[in-house]
Amino acid sequence: MHMADALVSPAVGATFWAASAGIIALSSAHLRKELDDRKVPLMGVLGAFVFAAQMINFTIPATGSSGHLGGGLLLAILLGPSAAFLSISSILMIQALFFADGGLLALGCNIFNLGVFPAFIAHPFIYRKLIGRVPNQSRMVFAAIMAAVVALQCGSLGVVLQTVISGVSSLPFDTFLLLMQPIHLAIGVIEGVVTALIVSFIYRARPEVLECSVQDRPIGELPVRSLLTAFLISAALLGGVFSWFASEQPDGLEWSIAMIMGSEELPETDLKAHEALTTAQEKMAILPDYTLPGEAGRGNNNHRVGKTVSGIVGGALTLVLCTLVGVVLHRKRQG
Amino acid sequence: MLAIDGSLLDFKQLDLMALRQTALHRLDPRAKVLTTLCFIVCVVSFDKYQVSAMLPFLIYPVVLIAAGDLPPGYILRKILIVIPFALLIGLFNPIFDRQVVLQIGALDISGGWVSCLSILVRAILTASAAIILVATTGFPAICESLEKLRMPQVFAVQLLFLYRYIFVLTDEGIRTARARQLRSFGQRGLGLRHFSSLAGHLLLRTWERAERIHMAMLARGFSGEVHSTRRQGHFGKREVIFTVCWVALFILLRLNNASLLLGSIFTGSM
Repeated sequence: MHMADALVSPAVGATFWAASAGIIALSSAHLRKELDDRKVPLMGVLGAFVFAAQMINFTIPATGSSGHLGGGLLLAILLGPSAAFLSISSILMIQALFFADGGLLALGCNIFNLGVFPAFIAHPFIYRKLIGRVPNQSRMVFAAIMAAVVALQCGSLGVVLQTVISGVSSLPFDTFLLLMQPIHLAIGVIEGVVTALIVSFIYRARPEVLECSVQDRPIGELPVRSLLTAFLISAALLGGVFSWFASEQPDGLEWSIAMIMGSEELPETDLKAHEALTTAQEKMAILPDYTLPGEAGRGNNNHRVGKTVSGIVGGALTLVLCTLVGVVLHRKRQG
Repeated sequence: MLAIDGSLLDFKQLDLMALRQTALHRLDPRAKVLTTLCFIVCVVSFDKYQVSAMLPFLIYPVVLIAAGDLPPGYILRKILIVIPFALLIGLFNPIFDRQVVLQIGALDISGGWVSCLSILVRAILTASAAIILVATTGFPAICESLEKLRMPQVFAVQLLFLYRYIFVLTDEGIRTARARQLRSFGQRGLGLRHFSSLAGHLLLRTWERAERIHMAMLARGFSGEVHSTRRQGHFGKREVIFTVCWVALFILLRLNNASLLLGSIFTGSM
């Protein structure tokens, strides 16, 4: 499942952006050292293949509903870790841009959840270990199922953690976990079976295709430890930067009420920038008296109701105004 | 079957929009990428119970749709397709967050409903920003601008490959799916076994195609870099004005609740 921009907080989004960007840089550097320039076009074209394969649905046994290939583990098996990671990342980027699937700020989270786990964890540590030196059909199916299950469980755990930490959704951690993990267990088993069937088909038809990925040493100069360190450093850094930004805003119900009623005055600690803006705004405003919200007494109930009404009326007016601007601009262009 | 063809057609249509010639399309992609990111961060940084202050941000997609000469109905439809995913999680909020925070007459509204509405508004704003970015800039230009903003070259090159072959290969995938569907009656032949051999064949064809492409490119002097024939972008005065004005507006709207302001002027409740 993709994380959506609407559910992510800036701190979480930025942290995972930094982590994913770091891993993309490391993987690219690793790939350049490999000096197999055959691989770059192959990565791109196989990424496009995943899109194509997703156009072909299949019925899921025993349920009658239909599903499609995810592709992360398949790419990892065919391309090896770093190349697969880049390929998965670019697929997610296309989905974020063309289908708004996930969104741009959540792209970092999605790359982390759906890219890192299949490419750097499930493939080298589970699939490769289980399949052994001489692969056969049943072993391959078993290894692929285990790897896909682990990748998807980690991924959905990532989604749960990111959502809960972001705090936009009110879903409690345990409930969300209980919702997500079983669904992704089922999805993981199906993904594993499909991946194993495709890989064993390739193995029978053209085994040399799989050779090239077998020779690629897993991870190589890209140890998991350095990935984790990169992630932790960026998390700490961004957490530090963003937490002062967040902590300026009082938490809890009181504040949330204030927020719905319309924003209270920003805390006094808040910055010269805001003061400057307010004065600038006062100068620009047509009706300067109305430009300072929430100045009259706090906690005054009537006043709050008044504010609520003006919030709703103002919101509606804003919508109408925005639409009008659009219509006018559109007409102007057409006419 | 029509649905599959439709989704690809949709995809192509969005890509074609980037070829239009408006002042907005001619702006350097970096300006649009940076402004879009700024927009999304501002929207997402609002508190979970905030709704009214987010609404003025609609001005950005509205103005860009008009300035970029994009079809509003099409963009709206694209946004409507993605909203259910965010709302699926958002609809749990009213269940878990029952604290009454707002009373309108006899109607009690819980914090959950407010934050659910907030998620809906966020989803609309962020999705529209991403779609408008592609529709006014085009994917290759976005890649190029990201490369200028220090994205690794290997990653950029394979992104361009992916983009170039996505249309060819999804066409092939759709043809395969259609051929199978015409030959299968009821549920027969739609199962895993047939899927895996179809996908396997498609994969082998893809692999061979990638090898041919690579050889053809080597023969033409490919050295790991994709050159574009498009006009080189230039981050000039217009780009600076575009970015600075929008970002300033976002910051202003982020710090001041413009809806509330407007409403209080209108109702005279201050």
